[in-house]
Amino acid sequence: MTALGALFYLLAAVLLGAAVLTATRRNPVHAVCCAVVVFLAVGGLFAVLGAPLPGVLMVVVYAGAIMVLFLFIIMLLGLPAGDGPLPLRRLLVPGILAAATLTALFVLIGADPAAKSLLPAAMASPGAVGTILFDTYWLAVEAVSILLFAALAAALLLGRGRSDARQPATEGRSA
Amino acid sequence: MNIPLSHVLAVATALFVIGGAMAAARRSILMILIGVEFMLAAGSLAFVGAALAWGNVSGQAAVILIMGLASAEAALGLALLVHGRRGGGTVDADSYDRLGGDA
Repeated sequence: MTALGALFYLLAAVLLGAAVLTATRRNPVHAVCCAVVVFLAVGGLFAVLGAPLPGVLMVVVYAGAIMVLFLFIIMLLGLPAGDGPLPLRRLLVPGILAAATLTALFVLIGADPAAKSLLPAAMASPGAVGTILFDTYWLAVEAVSILLFAALAAALLLGRGRSDARQPATEGRSA
Repeated sequence: MNIPLSHVLAVATALFVIGGAMAAARRSILMILIGVEFMLAAGSLAFVGAALAWGNVSGQAAVILIMGLASAEAALGLALLVHGRRGGGTVDADSYDRLGGDA
C-alpha cells in the first residue's frame, strides 16, 4: 500500500469515528467540535484524491466559516447543554434504518465491476478547476451567486427580530 | 494509489447514512442542520472520487457549486433557528409548526 493509500484509510477512519461522535453527543458544543474534525478529514480526503482546491475550500468554508457560525449561534442562543451520549432508545429506530440502507448501498457498490479498478494517483491543478468552473459552468456559478444573495436577504429579514419583522414583509408583498 | 473507487464510494455512503440518521434521530434543529451538512459533504466526496476515476475536472467544479449551496442552506437554516427561538423559545423541531413569528 502506498503512503497516499494509507493516508486515505486513516482519514476515512477519523472521519467516520468523528461523524458517529457528532451524531451521538448531547452537548451541542461537543457535537460541533466533532463536526469540525469531520470536515477537516473530508478536506484531507479531497487533497488525497487529487482535488487540492476543493480540499482547501472545504477547510476554509466548512471548518473555518460554517462551523464557527454554528458555534456563534450556540453561544448566542445559550442552548441547553446535555451530557454524554444520546440514550440508546432514541438511536434505535434511525440506527436500524441506517444499517439497512448502508447494507443495501454496500451491496450495490460491490456489485459494480467498474468500481473495482484502482484509482490513478493524479492531481488536478487549481487553475484547471477554475477555468472549467468559469468557462463551462458559468451559468451555474451565476445561479449559485443569486441563491447566496437570496439567502443573505432572507437571513437579514428573519434576523431583524419580532417587533419590526412584519413591516418589511408586507412591503415586499405589495411591491 | 491502490484504492478502488468502491472504497471511496463506501466512505461517502457511510458519511451520508450517518448524516441522514443524525437528521432523523436528533430533535434540535441545529443537529438536524449538521446532519444535512454531512450528507452534502458525502455527496461532494463521491463527486471528487468520480472525478479522479474518470479523469474529468467537472466533478471538482460541481463540488465547489455544492459548497455554495451548503453555505446558503446553513445561513438560512441558522437564521430560521434564531427566528424560531425568539418566537417560540425552543429549538425543538417538533414544536415548529408555524413560522408566523407570533407563535
